[in-house]
Amino acid sequence: MNSVIHAKGLTKRFGDFTAVDSISFSVGRQECFGFLGPNGAGKSSTIGMITAISPVTSGHLEVGGLDVVKRSRMVRRIVGVVPQEDTLDGDMTVIQNLRVYARYYDMPSPLAQSRSRELLDLFQLTDKANSEVDMLSGGMRRRLLIARALLHSPAILILDEPTTGLDPQAKHLVWQKLRLLKAQGTTMLLTTHNMEEAAILCNRLVIMDYGRILVHGIPTELVTQHVGSEVSEVRFTAQARDAVTKQLLDMNIPFQDGGDRFYVYSVDGQLLEWLASDHNVWLERRPANLEDVFFRLTGRDLRDE
Amino acid sequence: MSATTVAHVAADRGGVLGSLSRSYRVWQRNRDAFLRVWKTEFGGVVAEPLLVLTAVGLGMGTYIGDIGGRSYTEFVAAGLLASYAMFGATFECTFGTYMRMETRRLFQGILATPVSVDELVRGELFWAATRSLMHATVLLTVSYIFGLTQSPYALLALPVSILIGLMFGSQAMLAASAAPSINSLTNFFTLYVVPMFFFSGVFYPVDGLPEAIQRVAWVLPLTSATELMRSLAYGEIGAQTFLSLAILIAFTVVFIPLSIRGMRRRLIK
Repeated sequence: MNSVIHAKGLTKRFGDFTAVDSISFSVGRQECFGFLGPNGAGKSSTIGMITAISPVTSGHLEVGGLDVVKRSRMVRRIVGVVPQEDTLDGDMTVIQNLRVYARYYDMPSPLAQSRSRELLDLFQLTDKANSEVDMLSGGMRRRLLIARALLHSPAILILDEPTTGLDPQAKHLVWQKLRLLKAQGTTMLLTTHNMEEAAILCNRLVIMDYGRILVHGIPTELVTQHVGSEVSEVRFTAQARDAVTKQLLDMNIPFQDGGDRFYVYSVDGQLLEWLASDHNVWLERRPANLEDVFFRLTGRDLRDE
Repeated sequence: MSATTVAHVAADRGGVLGSLSRSYRVWQRNRDAFLRVWKTEFGGVVAEPLLVLTAVGLGMGTYIGDIGGRSYTEFVAAGLLASYAMFGATFECTFGTYMRMETRRLFQGILATPVSVDELVRGELFWAATRSLMHATVLLTVSYIFGLTQSPYALLALPVSILIGLMFGSQAMLAASAAPSINSLTNFFTLYVVPMFFFSGVFYPVDGLPEAIQRVAWVLPLTSATELMRSLAYGEIGAQTFLSLAILIAFTVVFIPLSIRGMRRRLIK
């Protein structure tokens, strides 16, 4: 099997802290592969190693058939990186940003110019070519970052949270462009905590937490496997809470506490209908999605603190 | 399962030349950014040393007699040649570098390309040296125009200003690599650069200072830089000229690797 990225026992430590704990995965050619996980799960540390920016602590990692430890510069040459942080050059115009970047890859000037025009066109930035970067909107800046990452025709495009912080219009335009790239056969690896994004874009994905891969698979299959087809949200008044808890426990129905509601996975909704006969309890049944898988596996505790 | 090699990528330029070419890319970026704003910046580059030279040279020169057979203005002009080479590089590698690194996050973007930290730092240092060369060119031109120097040796002040730029640039870069915030870089100026400006023989000969302070003054790199620039401007080449040059080279050879090490620590995580 052809794989563009192949990791085995990949580990990243910062002092005593293990950010990535011996993970193994591989990304195939023309695949869009996702890394999901809460903040601090180890997604960005993994990206740092794949892009040969951050040294591998231990394990084996190949990108484009190159050993990342031994051939780090060559790896940086064949990957295109869209960083989480905006690293556009505010001292330059849009087109100058691309020109400066093309030079880092030793691209001949005519090639750089034609690629720049192509990419500005693709990302709907042609009429902004001579604008100051600092005058662009958030969505335009993100599109320019992606265009810049594609300038040297990388074998793999790596996107670290490509739509975080964008408004819905800007986000959907970025998704549209990424789907287009995917259809053209661009190999992509992205991290996200937007489940919709993962479901729309990724052929396969892994869910990470505490530096480990919890599950990997095809988004729809993960949903069926870990949650089932349906999720029941049980809402209740404050005074009914204890009674509902007791009833669910008595009936041996596993649930997840969401504060003002309980989430019940893969249980026949009929079983819960009786609960709703109590006028202090409401039941809502809806199709299961990737977010349910995520919560089921990583819990509902806050991670940022 | 074995991964397949991606074949369409051009081979990487290896060796010293490849590495230098990547540093040159970094230098080019800074040049391009400078050329966009030079009209607003260059006024300051020209005006500031001229103001200092006029005020000190003409103003104080009236009250101060010749020093070593040269007018006070000649004496100060040579000192400023070294000082402004220092200022050019130190501003660039403290505030300039820090802005590009932390505020603009440009280094993060550059390090995702084939450019390495070492090459990035060298590119920044070459740019700092270029700024020093600009300042020195302005001062030297003025010195020739006003007859403050006549020696053909003074032309050597230009390559020497590049050396001074690398020497102070690498020290400033080391400070930037350790700076927790942009404001903390002010300390590099108030505690190091500015005192040096006043104690390194720019405005008066160091041997006029009390013995103990003299000893400290001779350790400061600007003293050797001033000494060297003055001997070139006066056209008086001697053993002291070569000693000063050797000291500048020694500082540079020590601080460039230190600044690279500092930046590696800061940028590679």
